[in-house]
Formats: sequence, structure tokens, C-alpha cells
Amino acid sequence: MKLVRDTWLIFQRQFQLLIRNPVWVFVGVFQPVMYLLLFAPLLKPALRVSTQAEAYKVFVPGLLVLLAIFGGLFQGFGLIAELRAGVIERSRVTPVHRLALLLGRSLRDVVSLIVQAVIITLLALLFDLRVFIGDLLLAYLMLALIALMTSAVSYGVALKVKSEDALAPLMNTVAQPVLLLSGILLPLIYAPGWLQGVAEWNPFAWAVDGTRALFAGDLGNDKVWQGLTIIAVLAALGVFWAARQFARSVR
Amino acid sequence: MIETRGLRKSFRSRAGRETKTVEAVRGVDLSVAEGEIFGFLGPNGAGKTTTLRMLATLIEPDGGEATIAGADLRKAPGEVRRRIGYVAQGGSTWDESTAREELVLQARLYDIGKAEAHRRAARALDAFQLSEFADRKCKTYSGGQRRRVEIALGIIHEPKIVFLDEPTTGLDPQSRAHMWDEIRRLRADGMTVFITTHYLDEADALCDRIAIMDHGEVVAEGTPADLKREISGDVVQVGLDTATTPQAAQALDGEPYVKKLETAEEGGLRLYVDEGATAIPQILRRLDQAGLALSSIELHRPSLDDVFLTKTGRSLRES
Repeated sequence: MKLVRDTWLIFQRQFQLLIRNPVWVFVGVFQPVMYLLLFAPLLKPALRVSTQAEAYKVFVPGLLVLLAIFGGLFQGFGLIAELRAGVIERSRVTPVHRLALLLGRSLRDVVSLIVQAVIITLLALLFDLRVFIGDLLLAYLMLALIALMTSAVSYGVALKVKSEDALAPLMNTVAQPVLLLSGILLPLIYAPGWLQGVAEWNPFAWAVDGTRALFAGDLGNDKVWQGLTIIAVLAALGVFWAARQFARSVR
Repeated sequence: MIETRGLRKSFRSRAGRETKTVEAVRGVDLSVAEGEIFGFLGPNGAGKTTTLRMLATLIEPDGGEATIAGADLRKAPGEVRRRIGYVAQGGSTWDESTAREELVLQARLYDIGKAEAHRRAARALDAFQLSEFADRKCKTYSGGQRRRVEIALGIIHEPKIVFLDEPTTGLDPQSRAHMWDEIRRLRADGMTVFITTHYLDEADALCDRIAIMDHGEVVAEGTPADLKREISGDVVQVGLDTATTPQAAQALDGEPYVKKLETAEEGGLRLYVDEGATAIPQILRRLDQAGLALSSIELHRPSLDDVFLTKTGRSLRES
């Protein structure tokens, strides 16, 4: 109960600060829209599909997963600024639930990601993308879990390294192979066997496959529950680990 | 209010390939009474902040024990957190938030209900003369205003003890004087105040009792007056003609209240006494009996820097 109350308090504050500076919506949507406008048109011939809508069915879910991964991984920067301002230390001398310090922030990240995802989905509708609302909501759940995991991990790492200079290269180094090995830009069915083999060990590849299956209206596909399960387990682990970093001493 | 025994903390630091262990705090015993302003004086790096952060549950001690406002630091840190307030050295407010928002949130993190949190925030804003800009962002505040917000944040839940880590560092003289008044007001409200400082005058003027810390250890503890008396008592400087100085020295040497006597470089005599106030009349009487005229008499009190010098072998100003 205290956890829920404290999480809500932290979430409220973080969300209030977020909407006070609405530039993020523009920044957060601008890049994916560029992908939609400038990259997606290449896909119809490249993927050898007959309509643009089919290309979007493949590309939009990948793009959303990409957003979730990157959106989350770079949240740690904000936390380092908070560390420096002494805000985290100020919270840690209060009896606030340690997990709430993490969850309140990560849930803010999840909400802002979903807002971006909705805007992008709506725009894609203009390009004739069609998807069932039920499938779409399940896909959003997947995205939410991804963002929860990546933002939690990012916060945990930020508390460990305590400096932007260390966090930026670290996150880029992690994000790049994860991105390439998840078939986000082009599906991995085009990949050679060895590459597919490696990608099988990338949980985000499963998430992308699952999300694509949902956008294709293929709810019964095993990839859906497999992707959701893998990501849910990893999100739980990530949250557990990062919450421990909040509980331990930080400067 | 605070009792510690053998509180210890060491850090491992890495320089290149070598790891070395730095003993930041090596066994601190303290006892702070209810309702006093207790000062922790020492140069930078003496272990003041580390001790404070241990007492405030922010870092776990390696050894030793402490009871704070009746709660055991090691066994019940959660209970300690409810009973103390802590104001960090480097600030604790967020640029983009307003003082009111910060105060309300802080109160609510202590499980205070929404309406009550707003009431307390309003009261604190008023008490710290912040009402005027309560709804402006913290980044627009002056250093002194911001520090007042931070103190208000530290006591919004009405703790029994508040820890202030170098509350006046970086403030201009006027804000500093203002801050001293605020701190005295906290004591008047019944709070026990534990501050760290590296300003001698601050420890002297503000604190009921102080502990001097150096290299992770408490080297002296007591009231500022006791500590100063303990080392050398007072110094009475007597201005005399060069001609009469030897006679005066002869007259005063061996008097029971004179601990030590020396000829001052600038002429006259320097007398070390226990208590200047009682010694001066006796000195005057003795010189009068001997028929010697003096041109001036001055009382010098030893400073806390003299105390620090005696205890550590170096001046606080140098370190």
C-alpha cells in the first residue's frame, strides 16, 4: 500500500515536470516520423511486398520497439542530473519506499513512451496501416514492458557510474548490437543463418517478432506469448536490480 | 539525543591499479543532548560529512553503534529516518520545481496527508520568509533563499533532530547571519541541531557544544568556552615602559593566578592566566602596590583555532 502511494507520489512529480516542458513530445515524435516518411518508402520494393500498407505492418512495430529501447536506455541522464542536484539524497533520508523511487520514474517513462507510440500509430493509420485494437493494446503492453526494463536498467547503471560521460558510451555500446540483432529495421528472415542464430539470443528480437505478429493480426502466433514472457521476466529482473541500487548508498 | 560508540567507516579508492583503503572515520564517540546546537568542526576531509551521512542513514557504518532520538541506527534505520531531518551540503532542490511543490512532496514522502502537507508547506514558507516567491521555480532563487528552502525541507516533518551539513558555506555575510538566526530559531522550537562547519567563528558563536574532528577522529569535545579555557586560559597583555618592565615582571612573577609570564616583543608583559576577568583586578592591585604605572591593559581570549592548533599541531586555517 505504501509502495503504491509512494510510487504515485514520485510518478506525479516526475510527470508534472515532464509536461511542464512539452518539447519532449515534439522531439520524441520528430525522429520516428522522419523514419516513417523518409525510410519506410524504401521498404515496399526492398521487402518485395505488394502494398505500402504491408510494408508499414512490418516496419511500424519495429520502429515502436526501437523507440521503447532507446527511450528507456537514455533516461539515466535525467537521474544523474537529479543525483547532482541532491534530489535523490533528499528522498533517501525520508522513509519513502525504495522501489517507489525507481517505479515512479520508470512508469513516467512508460507513459511518455505510450503517448509517443499512440501518436506514431495514428500517423501510420494515415498511411493505410490497419491493426485490430485488441492486438494493438497487447503490442502496447509489450512496448510498456520493454520501456520499463530499459529505463530501470538505465537508472540502475546511472546510479552505479554517476556520470554522463560514462553513461553515454556505455548505453550506445549496448544499444547498437541490440538494435542490429533484433531485426528492427529489416526483418531477420533476410539474414544469413549464423546471424539468425545469434539473434535468437537477443530478447529484443523475440519482442520485435511478437510485436510484428500482433500488428499482422496473428494473435495465435507463439512468438506473441514467447516475446511477452521473455520481456516480462527481464523487466522484473531489471526493476529488482535497479531498485537495489536505489536502496544502496548513492552520492 | 544522539549517542555513538566507535562509529567507523572506510572507503576503498582506486588510483590506477592500486586499491587503497581510506579510513574516513575511525571510531567516533559522541553524545549530543536534547535541545542543543552541536557543532562538528574540522577541516575539509576530516570525516565530518561521512559521520553525518552515517547518522542520517545514508551510508552504512562498517562498525560501531549509534542511537538517534531513541532509535537504533543499525537495527532500525527506517525509524531513525522518521525522527531526523537532514540537509545536505550541496543542495537538494530541483531547478524546475517551486519551493511549494518541493515542500509538499517532501511532507508527503513522510506519510503526511495531502491537506496537512499543504498546510505545513504554507507555514514553512511563511516562517522562512519564502512566501513571496513560493510559486517561482527554484532556479530563480538567490543562494540564501535556496538554502532556506532546503532547511525548510529538512524540518517539514518536525523531526526531533536536524542535521545540517555546512549550512552557511558559500553564503554572503548577511545571509550567513540570517542563517544563524534561523538555526537558533530551530533550537528555540525544541529541536536538537547538529551542524558541521569549518568556520571557527560559526562554531564559536552558534554552537552550545562542539566536537573537533581531524583525520577521522574526534580530538576534542566540549563547550567552546571550556575548550578554549582548557588549553591556555586567557592572556592579559600589560603595556609598560621599557624601564619599569623588569620591576613589574618581578612583582607579578610567582603570583598564584599567573600561570606563565613572558616579555612581549612589542614591549610590556604577557601574562597567561586561568580567568582574565578575575585576574585583571589582582594584577592592577599588585602593580599599584609596587608603585608601577601601566599604560594599557588588554584581555585576549584564545580562539578555537588555538584549540585546534594545540590538539592537532596545525592551524585550521592552514589545513
